[in-house]
Formats: sequence, C-alpha cells, structure tokens
Amino acid sequence: MAEHSTVEFIITRQDSPDSKPYEETFHVPYRKNMNVISALMEIQKNPVTADGKETTPVAWEMSCLEEVCGACSMVINGTPRQSCAALVDQLEQPIRLEPMSTFPVVRDLIVDRERMFDALKQVKAWIPLDGTHDLGPGPRMPENKRQWAYELSKCMTCGVCLEACPNVNDKSDFIGPAALSQARLFNSHPTGAMHASERLEGLMGEGGIAGCGNSQNCVQVCPKGIPLTTSIAAMNRATNLHAFRSFFGSDEAL
Amino acid sequence: MAGQRDFYWRRLHSLLGVVPIGIFLVQHLVINHFAVYGEESFNKAAGFMAGLPFVILLEIFVIYLPILYHAVLGVYIAFTANNNVARFGFFRNWMFKLQRLTGLITIVFIAWHVWETRVQIGLGNADLDYSLMEGILSSPFMFWFYVIGVVAAVFHFANGLWSFFVTWGITQTPKSQRVMTYVALFIFFAVSYIGVRTLIQFAYGV
Repeated sequence: MAEHSTVEFIITRQDSPDSKPYEETFHVPYRKNMNVISALMEIQKNPVTADGKETTPVAWEMSCLEEVCGACSMVINGTPRQSCAALVDQLEQPIRLEPMSTFPVVRDLIVDRERMFDALKQVKAWIPLDGTHDLGPGPRMPENKRQWAYELSKCMTCGVCLEACPNVNDKSDFIGPAALSQARLFNSHPTGAMHASERLEGLMGEGGIAGCGNSQNCVQVCPKGIPLTTSIAAMNRATNLHAFRSFFGSDEAL
Repeated sequence: MAGQRDFYWRRLHSLLGVVPIGIFLVQHLVINHFAVYGEESFNKAAGFMAGLPFVILLEIFVIYLPILYHAVLGVYIAFTANNNVARFGFFRNWMFKLQRLTGLITIVFIAWHVWETRVQIGLGNADLDYSLMEGILSSPFMFWFYVIGVVAAVFHFANGLWSFFVTWGITQTPKSQRVMTYVALFIFFAVSYIGVRTLIQFAYGV
C-alpha cells in the first residue's frame, strides 16, 4: 500500500543539554515488522529530513532490544514506553518521538536517568553480603514470597513511572515509584531484611515515600506490570510501623 | 532526624484530615441536619454545641488549628503537583487532581463561611440561630456557593479517606483499594445528601 511505503516520524530534537528543542520530520522507508528503533537506525544511515535537508543523525539510547534494560525509553505518540517494543504497525502515524520530560535531556532522545540511581542509593536498594569471613548460605525464602518478589525484581529503572507521576517534577524532590518498590524488594529478601530499617529510613528521608500522592499512574504505565502501588502501600505501612517502633521503642525494630 | 521532617509533617497532615477534621465535618453536617426537623430543633442542637464546656478550646484544638495546618500544607502539596490527566486519563489520576482542586475550593469556602458565621457571632454582629443561615442561604448565589463548598468538602473528605487508608498502609492490595473506592463513593453520596438537604431546608424551607 502506498501509505506504507514510508513511515512519517516527527522527532523532538535537542543538540545539547542547554540548547532549545526543535522538531524535525523524517520519512523512513517502510519494512515489515519494523519497530521504532529500526526506524531510528534508518535515519542514522540516511539523516535527511522529509524536506530533503541534510541533518545530524538522531541520537537515542538502546541496549537489550527486548524490553528488559530500560535504556530506550522515550515518549512515543504521547506515551512513555520502550522504543524497542514499539512496533510501527501498531502506531498511529505520524509517529511522534520525544525525550521523557521528567529527565534532563543529554541530546535528542537521550535523557539522563541518574536521579533514579541516586534514589536507589537513598533507599539502599542492594543487599550487603561481604564479610571478613565466609558467612555461609543465607536463610531460605518461602516460595510464595519469592514469587511476588520476583515481579518486583523486573524493574529496569526505565523511568516510565517517573514520567507518568504528577508528583515527580521540578517543584518537588519526590524520588518516584521505582525506588520505593525496590526498597520493598530488598526488604522482602531474607538476607536483605537484616538491613530493613536502613532502607525504611531512606524511604522516610527527603523526597521519600511521603511524596507519593496516590495518583496511581505508575502502576498503569509500568511496562513490566510491577504492582508499584501495592509496594507503595506496603512501604507506607512499614515506614509507619518503623516510625512508631523507633519512637516508642520495640524489640521488633531492626 | 532532620531529613525526615517531611515524612512526619505529611503523616500528620494525613492524620489530621481524618482525625479530627473529617470527624468534625460529618458531625457538623449531621448536627445541622436538625434544621430539617424544624427551626426549634436546629436552635436547640446548635445551642447545645455552642454551650459545650471549654467550647473555645475545643474549637481551637479540634477545628481551627488542625484545619489551618491541613490547609497550609495542603496548598503547598496542591501546587507542587504537575497535573497530567490530559496525558494519563486514568480514574485515580482524576481523583488525584480533583482531590487538590476540591481542597482549594474548600479553603475558600471555609474562610468565607467562618467569617460570615463564627466570626460575626463572635463579634456580636449575629446570633447563632436558624434565621442566620436562612438569611445567608435565601440568596441564590450564596445557596449555590454553599452547595459547591459543601460538596467539595465532602468529596475531599471521602476521597481523602481513601488516600488515608493507603498512606497508613491499611489497604495494600488492588482489591482492598477497589473496595475502598466504593466505600468512599458511598460516603461521598451519603454525607453530601446530609449536607445539601440541610442547605435546601435553609434556602427554601422545604
């Protein structure tokens, strides 16, 4: 079909972190089953806009190409998602590509998601294992707990939940849903639970869990279907109990 | 810990919204509903409330200070959100936006309402009785202003109760949160009825 001979892309571009964004339109030759990334590769091979002007290749980030690394997140036709999993046949044309607006733009569609990694540091989203001697195997994990914790472990720090969250913006220091759920993941782990309080303290810190306003956009947009709002409610309970236990005193406090 | 102040301020904000403000709101609307049973019933009930021991202390610590705190931090919270229902038109996102909008409407309404009733009574310019409200609400503009104010306040309470259950970690599963949505909806309609029915009585005597 004629309309399928080329695919129209309108891409929001930006040359450097401080320069002004602008739009460029590209006509990419259609191929069967192409995704947004294969179209961006075509533009990279032949960086000429729709009106024949030679331009610089559009810059974007990618790695795994199977929706598990989170690097290629961008706003596609208004929806934040992974460009590797965005099939051209399923998108309305012209296809609009923009960088995620929550994050600082590095260049074109590349954004800097460092704030997400800072957030993971704030809630200590890891399990310290190193000792001065062999600590032996850790405690076992009940199977049903492992199953729901596994769902949380699918988080790829892609940034889509932060992009959708109305409380993650320049006016607030809210760290966003992803890190809140990761604190729950590591607190649910039998070895990680030995440091549960430290993560809860992180959640109670600046920009922590109190910044959540329950719009629940995060759970709707998460490409991995992570029950983010369940995690947030669970961490609400955990931080409240932790606050009571630390103030009034309790042997349950870790 | 200094870095955790936000957490405690926000938890206090959430708590005060329900205890005592939410309880006071329901109590206030229920007591006012005596108006529907007649002028004398209302005057008796309002007189009883106004004659409670230490009433000024009760007002300050149960009503004024909690509402003032909830309002000040609430305005800050409302203006630090970037509402995005145009891009993400999910039900909860609409509730998020409406929660902030009704909060702002409620502040304007309460400020006017307190000025017009409690302050004027305190200054000796008005008496606490049926005819005071009848006089205010017989103007159609004020009637609709009060309807919007009361419905906004009740919405803010009912939907706020839903968030309260999440903030305190009571409803965690999607299922329990869904059930709570219906509970909040029921509370919204029931309490709105109690409030608006009273306004109609004052305005139209029916």
